[in-house]
Amino acid sequence: MSVGFKTLNNCLIVEIDGEIDHHFVDNVKKSIDSQAVQKGYSNIIFDFKNVDFMDSAGIGMIIGRYKFTKKNGGITSVACLSDNLKRIMMVSGLYRIIKIYNTVEEATKAV
Amino acid sequence: MFYDNEMTLSFRAISSNEAFARVSVAAFALQLDPAVSEITEIKTAVSEAVTNSIIHAYDNGDGIVHIWCGCAGNKLYIEISDNGKGIENIETAMEPLFTTKPEQERSGLGFTIMQSFMNNIEVSSELGRGTKVTMEKSIGE
Ligand SMILES: Nc1ncnc2c1ncn2[C@@H]1O[C@H](COP(=O)(O)OP(=O)(O)O)[C@@H](O)[C@H]1O
Ligand SMILES: [Mg+2]
Repeated sequence: MSVGFKTLNNCLIVEIDGEIDHHFVDNVKKSIDSQAVQKGYSNIIFDFKNVDFMDSAGIGMIIGRYKFTKKNGGITSVACLSDNLKRIMMVSGLYRIIKIYNTVEEATKAV
Repeated sequence: MFYDNEMTLSFRAISSNEAFARVSVAAFALQLDPAVSEITEIKTAVSEAVTNSIIHAYDNGDGIVHIWCGCAGNKLYIEISDNGKGIENIETAMEPLFTTKPEQERSGLGFTIMQSFMNNIEVSSELGRGTKVTMEKSIGE
């Protein structure tokens, strides 16, 4: 379980590896926000290519970052979702406020 | 009721046990020969109920979470219970987006996910005594 940070086209890319549950979210959400503040990026893109499990704690994490970036005039979006994660986005209705992209590059271009 | 097989698990209400709980129940469910998508649904529903016991029932403090699983034919039965603070109004608690912990970035969608991933879910609770979530899933239908 790990989280890595990259920057691309003025966006903070958050690369997650592992299962996203309450345990994981409690450990990473602060470091995501502090990375965004430190580096001065107002856009956050989650790269989920190495995530095959997410429960409602992940929804809370994404909505939390969405509110955080919105305050600073930026956006939060998600890329590289497995079918499982797409299903969670649909069931929760999250797809209505968070855009889903096939690749991180596509997501950064849409910013 | 006659079950083909049963198992019970009890563990401390700490967040690192969320993964342990969902993987254990998924391993029990394997005898019903579930599809990969069904395994994910079971893991997600278990993760939701167990997380609720840890953060809501025990407020991230000391406590034990209990799981019982049974199977009969192609049906899987899961019971997840705690001896925590209980739920004041179950109907309200199960409404989509309802949460008593918005400050912890809870989405209020745990019960909604359990309902959409399992065939049946029942919740019973007593204030100050605890909560029991019973779920049922038909495999391969
Ligand atoms: N085991 C439990 N013990 C006490 N309260 C619970 C329990 N499970 C759920 N609840 C209550 O039901 C509400 C809704 O639960 P849920 O749909 O999972 O959303 P969330 O966990 O995001 O708050 C919780 O906010 C909590 O008030
Ligand atoms: Mg919950």
